[in-house]
Amino acid sequence: MGYIAVKGGTEAIHNASELAEFYRVKGDTTPIDIKQIRAQMRLAIDKVMGEGGLYAPEYAAIALKQAEGDVFEAAFILRAFRTTLQRNYYSEMINTREMFVKRKISASFREIPGGQILGPTRDYTQRTLDTAKATETGTDIKTFLADFDAKIDPEKLEGISSFGKVIDLLKKEGLLKPVDMSEDHSLVDITREAVKFPAPRSARLQMMARAETGGLMALGYSSQRGFGSVHPTVGELRYGSIPVKVKDATGRSRYIGKIEVTECEMVTGSKPGKKKTPPYFTIGYGLCFGHNETKVICMSTLDSAMRRPELGAPANDQEFVLYHTEGVEAMGFTNHLKLPHYVTFQSQLSNTRAAVERNKKSNLEAETWAQLASV
Amino acid sequence: MIENKKYTNKYNFAFIDESTKKEIRRKLLKAVAIPGHQVPYSSPEMPISRGWGTGGLHITLAVIGKEDVFKIIDQGSDASVNACNLREFVNFMTGCQTTFDTAEATLVQTRHRITEEELNEKQIIVFQVPLPEPLRMVERYENKTLQMHAEADYAKMWVSLYESYVRYGAIMQGAGYPVMVNGRYIMSPSPIPRWDTPNLHQAKTLFLYGAGREKRLYAVPPYTDVEPLEFEDVNFEIEDFSDASCYKTGFKKAFLDELYADDGSRKYVISDSNFLDKINGKQETHQYNNKYIDQLEAYDLE
Repeated sequence: MGYIAVKGGTEAIHNASELAEFYRVKGDTTPIDIKQIRAQMRLAIDKVMGEGGLYAPEYAAIALKQAEGDVFEAAFILRAFRTTLQRNYYSEMINTREMFVKRKISASFREIPGGQILGPTRDYTQRTLDTAKATETGTDIKTFLADFDAKIDPEKLEGISSFGKVIDLLKKEGLLKPVDMSEDHSLVDITREAVKFPAPRSARLQMMARAETGGLMALGYSSQRGFGSVHPTVGELRYGSIPVKVKDATGRSRYIGKIEVTECEMVTGSKPGKKKTPPYFTIGYGLCFGHNETKVICMSTLDSAMRRPELGAPANDQEFVLYHTEGVEAMGFTNHLKLPHYVTFQSQLSNTRAAVERNKKSNLEAETWAQLASV
Repeated sequence: MIENKKYTNKYNFAFIDESTKKEIRRKLLKAVAIPGHQVPYSSPEMPISRGWGTGGLHITLAVIGKEDVFKIIDQGSDASVNACNLREFVNFMTGCQTTFDTAEATLVQTRHRITEEELNEKQIIVFQVPLPEPLRMVERYENKTLQMHAEADYAKMWVSLYESYVRYGAIMQGAGYPVMVNGRYIMSPSPIPRWDTPNLHQAKTLFLYGAGREKRLYAVPPYTDVEPLEFEDVNFEIEDFSDASCYKTGFKKAFLDELYADDGSRKYVISDSNFLDKINGKQETHQYNNKYIDQLEAYDLE
């Protein structure tokens, strides 16, 4: 290895990173096991995988541990790791009709094919601080699991099945706007090329799938609140696991594993089209890794919003939404302001000093003229 | 077997995989062929924050070879903390020798400065660019600025410079002063001070620009016209250091950093750390010549 020149800042940054590591462990407590993080920090892991753009729960757990629980930083670490991996295959298109459904709800119909399945949700709980969690023991968990198992009646277990979708009902009835493929002749891969505007829908959806949840929520919410004209209804929201397949060299489809995803199909009225076209429904689509309902709801809202540009509605503006919800980039750039800028500032100083000087001089001239005039 | 390989991830030479390096090099060739034109590229994530020099790193890592001698500066200084981090990264991923000596380096990466010493035909300088689009200050939409460049429709830019003059009596653009490249494209030279801008004109060196977060590359090939935007009667001016000189060396003819002591008193020091060391050590230096700094005296005449 070549000689590395060392100067002032090097020692400082080494010390700073060592100090950060000290802060991570200074309590001298039992290290958190990666398995524990995977099991007990499920939703944080899902966020990290989604924003990191890599489905790898174990690596997401490591990243979370390394980043002291900072989801932004962990997602960034996972993204950076992801680029060191060669892309060998593109998966076959996944079909969420094949989903092993863990949760499935619709707000647009009271009953849907297969019924409403609440699944694991905290939606209908009182968010009181559960202080019992402070003293939770391994025995408590074992007891809970045993009780939980005992409540399951094997007689009532049904075979694994998949369910038709709500949008299929609307489609069958001819209420959905016919889809045209004009936007996407081929799929864009946003990890391999810079997005151009106007961005095709495949690029928009990919970018939102990796976007930061909070960013999507702020803009999705703005659209629902009135900055825009999307009035969405949740057609269907699903969470579950789906098989992923790739084609091998012989062209045969091979099952490589399954991933968990959350999917939302949001029904909205369509943009008024040409004369005499009926006011069809359209579907805003959201899909992300893991279990993250806020993200897919906002993603599907924004998918609809971006298809109808509107002045004064940030959520309907592709460039605004896609550039600014990209968490890793946004975090990097907002934090870069911490870097030294004294050269650029010097340049501005020089200008401002000269301008202030000019102003003083012209004020002085004005005063002199005023004095002369008053004589 | 998968278990065994899991935590033994090996990095490719210069971190980025070969197919992506090839893509970046091809885009760089396009950028060199169309001076000042911004070329979109894949901009893979790096283990360095977006906005902290990823674009510069992409270029450096795509063009660096094992024999290269690498120098990196931030605000002119080799010792700046982020430069130190990037230097270690490049050294770790390539094993290339690093240096502080501007004359010895074959590849220089920089943020916000051009070296005070003139670079030659055999050297390449790579700029870290935060905002590649010079028209962004007058037009916020990417698809519109793209069209403006295509049609060389720079009216909005000229009007903004004119407005600045009318309002403040001068063109108030500080660092990153917009330039016209090869008489065709308006380009952001990255936030270098105006002091450095004239050194881009008809230079011997290949200038490469990388904006990682915005996913754009551009270039100024050697011996290309690079002119700061100015009017016939209102001209481009560099920063004025006429009342100042470096407190360590008494040298005047260099970009100076302004320092404040605990008692609030002000002094100046040469911004380019390697240049400062050379002046201080009475070593030979080879500064850029341009019509702005050629009129300046190197030391106070006393």
